[in-house]
Amino acid sequence: MPSDPAVSQRTEADISTQSAELPSATVAKQLPHGRLLGRILRSYGLLTALVAVWIIFAFATAGIFLTARNFSNLIRQTAVIGILSVGMVMVIITAEIDLSVGSLVGLTGMTAVLVQTMWHRGLFLSVLLGICVGLAAGALQGWLTAWGKIPSFIVTLGGLLAWRGATQGISGGNTYPIEVDSFKAIGQSYLGSTAGVILAAIAIAAVIVSVIFRNRARRQHGLLPWGWAGLALRIVVPCLLIVIFVAALNAYAGIPIPVLILAGIGLGGEFLTQQTRFGRHLYAIGGNAEAARLSGIGLRTNVLVAFCILGALSAVAGMIYAARVGSAGPDAGTLLELDAIAACVIGGASLMGGRGTVFGACLGALFMVSLDNGMSLKDIPDFVQNIVKGGILVAAVGLDMFGRRRGEK
Amino acid sequence: MAGKPGVGQQSLGFRAMSKTAVAAPLLSMNNIGKAFPGVRALDGVTLDVQGGEIHAIVGENGAGKSTLMKILSGVYPYPEYDGEVRIDGALKQFKSVRDSENAGVAIVFQELSLVPELTVGENIFLGREPGHFGCLNWNRLYSEAAEILRGLKFDLDARTQISSVGTGQQQIVEIAKALSKNARILILDEPTAALTNRESEMLFAVLEHLRDKGIGIIYVSHRLDEVFRLSDRITVLRDGRSIGTTPRAGVDQNDVISRMVGREIAQMFPPARRTSGKVVLEVKHLTAVGHKSGATNVFDVSFSVHRGEVLGIAGLMGAGRTEMLAALFGAFSGTVNGEIAVDGHAVKISRPADAMEHGIGLVTEDRKRSGLILNQTILFNMTLAALPRISEWFTTEESREIAASRPLFDSLQIKAASLFTGVGTLSGGTQQKIVLAKWLLTSPRVLLLDEPTRGIDIGAKQEIYSTIDRLAKSGLAIVMVSSELPEVLGLSDRVLVMREGRICGEFSTDQATPEAVMACATGAVHHA
Repeated sequence: MPSDPAVSQRTEADISTQSAELPSATVAKQLPHGRLLGRILRSYGLLTALVAVWIIFAFATAGIFLTARNFSNLIRQTAVIGILSVGMVMVIITAEIDLSVGSLVGLTGMTAVLVQTMWHRGLFLSVLLGICVGLAAGALQGWLTAWGKIPSFIVTLGGLLAWRGATQGISGGNTYPIEVDSFKAIGQSYLGSTAGVILAAIAIAAVIVSVIFRNRARRQHGLLPWGWAGLALRIVVPCLLIVIFVAALNAYAGIPIPVLILAGIGLGGEFLTQQTRFGRHLYAIGGNAEAARLSGIGLRTNVLVAFCILGALSAVAGMIYAARVGSAGPDAGTLLELDAIAACVIGGASLMGGRGTVFGACLGALFMVSLDNGMSLKDIPDFVQNIVKGGILVAAVGLDMFGRRRGEK
Repeated sequence: MAGKPGVGQQSLGFRAMSKTAVAAPLLSMNNIGKAFPGVRALDGVTLDVQGGEIHAIVGENGAGKSTLMKILSGVYPYPEYDGEVRIDGALKQFKSVRDSENAGVAIVFQELSLVPELTVGENIFLGREPGHFGCLNWNRLYSEAAEILRGLKFDLDARTQISSVGTGQQQIVEIAKALSKNARILILDEPTAALTNRESEMLFAVLEHLRDKGIGIIYVSHRLDEVFRLSDRITVLRDGRSIGTTPRAGVDQNDVISRMVGREIAQMFPPARRTSGKVVLEVKHLTAVGHKSGATNVFDVSFSVHRGEVLGIAGLMGAGRTEMLAALFGAFSGTVNGEIAVDGHAVKISRPADAMEHGIGLVTEDRKRSGLILNQTILFNMTLAALPRISEWFTTEESREIAASRPLFDSLQIKAASLFTGVGTLSGGTQQKIVLAKWLLTSPRVLLLDEPTRGIDIGAKQEIYSTIDRLAKSGLAIVMVSSELPEVLGLSDRVLVMREGRICGEFSTDQATPEAVMACATGAVHHA
């Protein structure tokens, strides 16, 4: 076997130093340091829009929007759509779609609550069964899409109807209140402020350790390690965000449990899509399925797994939804799939596949929920809210396409 | 062939109609030149076509046949080319396909442009449907379509859906469509490439009938047997120049072949010969039958490749070479039978991952369609196939990937700002190097190359040639399919020729003359 380049320990100069000889304008956004920045910048448009919306609502509601209480509410409301978006964006990256998640939220929430009220079982078994139902539904839809070669739009449109029907069937059309307090806590309770501070400390430690490890890996692989400035930037910015975030939530009642779950799932999703082979495969399949296949990537398995993840996450969202409302109803979760898809698209995902990030999708979810929250505070009627949200969705994608076309020229 | 006596009369008839004393040919193209970035595709090409003749244009792949036809049909608009195009003696400057259609030129491309879900009649009148105020007059549409088909002496119901008729009939529907636009010059570009013998016969009958009616037919092909059976005159193109036009009666197939290939193989190829070692890959009785077409693309193919050897596979387009590579790589959509052994051990390859596990890599012929993820970076693409060996467990690590890709990025001289440049906007040659790098990162032992230099400029070609040579010298076994004869002959240690799914000849370096290989590939009888 010829020398394996993977293990060669050549002391290569960093890409950035090499490309410094090239015209800086074209290179600037291609540097590895710049890549992180580039990704933030690509979400920058959305970030700006988010800040703008927050400022507008802050003024319009005479400051109510930005109170600790409302901020806590806002973030908590984001949890359900955010969790759905994390799974949805993976499916969208592979150029598939899932329209059934809203119905699945209803079905899984109802399953969990019925396990409690009908079978008198506790938290653990009800959650486990709920997640199993979500996983099974996702697996079935993924299998029909990948092996059955039925377009996912059709498969999950069928799912949208079928899971809703199943929800109405098992509930008999009734709404069941939740009697298990520990289950209710999933949606309604908070992590105390001391626990929050401890968690923040752990998170900060994790950031520092991971940055140091990554820097060591660079040195090991013969790349130029980051300088002090680079290290500081990579450590200070995330830590600052963690501190502000926890402080803001502690100013009201602590970190809501749903937000904690979203944070865990979001981080996991970001890791899965950016740092694993599976994630790489998702982007490759969505970008060019034929090239991916000819690179030895199993198309069907990866698509199936993406649908399974989304199914399971829909169940998690379903539990939180039911727990937050305090009951499981036959119509719970209706139209949530559209919110989740909108969040992904606003967060930079392309329905043609190959593009999108978990981070962007979460930000998109926060944006959508901010609109909901702010407009509700202003007592704007529902119908106007829908029109505004619809218009903003189309405008956001239109602007993105416009910018992209100009960028290509 | 009954056409001959009628030809003279028909063309006389045309001339009688025109008032000029000296009849101008139906079509004349003078001194046509066309340059693409880095390549001069056509240089001083002259062609004239009479009404009522079938005029064949032959030449190797890349000789400029298609480019010439694209100028004539307005695909490359005036003034993007040099020289002049005259029809009936009048100067024409086509700025679009529509212009050329209005002047009576129609082209039937290799890829048919019919809408499968519509009927024969609807396709014939697509975009020009008869009717008033946007309402279709179905009766007129179908009666006129039937009229045209009758005029071709071709028996097909105009209400048949296109998807339910065979490729040969579709070809004829394309011709009918062209004629419905009152075409007087009909261009067919490799019309029989996808046809069975019977379908070809059907097509020939229609073409002969049209010739007798006075239409000027330009027949582009490199199947010499057909050309000799059908055409009245033959023009040979080579390297973008016209080598001459002769009446068919005046030449035989060998003359034409030597005109097609008569060129010194340029000093583009690394001169040093390699020494090959043990057999790495052995293929026995490989047969591949397509799922969709049901056609036997590869039939009973056996060969072996040695360590450090470049095995060239020559043949015409559609000879089954691409399918053969796909079958070896587990990427063929159809049934594959036969034995494949790597290092003397029989292996079973049913999907690309199997082939990769045994150290086989495939650089496909169409890098944009099946080689690259165009919206991703160079790094993403380079590491895609080799991720298992440059990632720990299931996680990926950027610095590790950079370290793995960097040496190849440098040694292949990939011309891009950095590993983080998107591949979509790079030049063809650079993209091709990235695809090559992707497979080299998997440390393959057998590399299958399908048209490795298609559509890239001369400089990049040379770099790829020397890379191939270097890889072979380092012990890699290389199977290279190429339609460019000089490339196959210049780079290979051995040449196999495929025709109609079978291997029809094997040549060592000294035996492999362009004439012999071309004769074998076209099925002409070669008198060595």
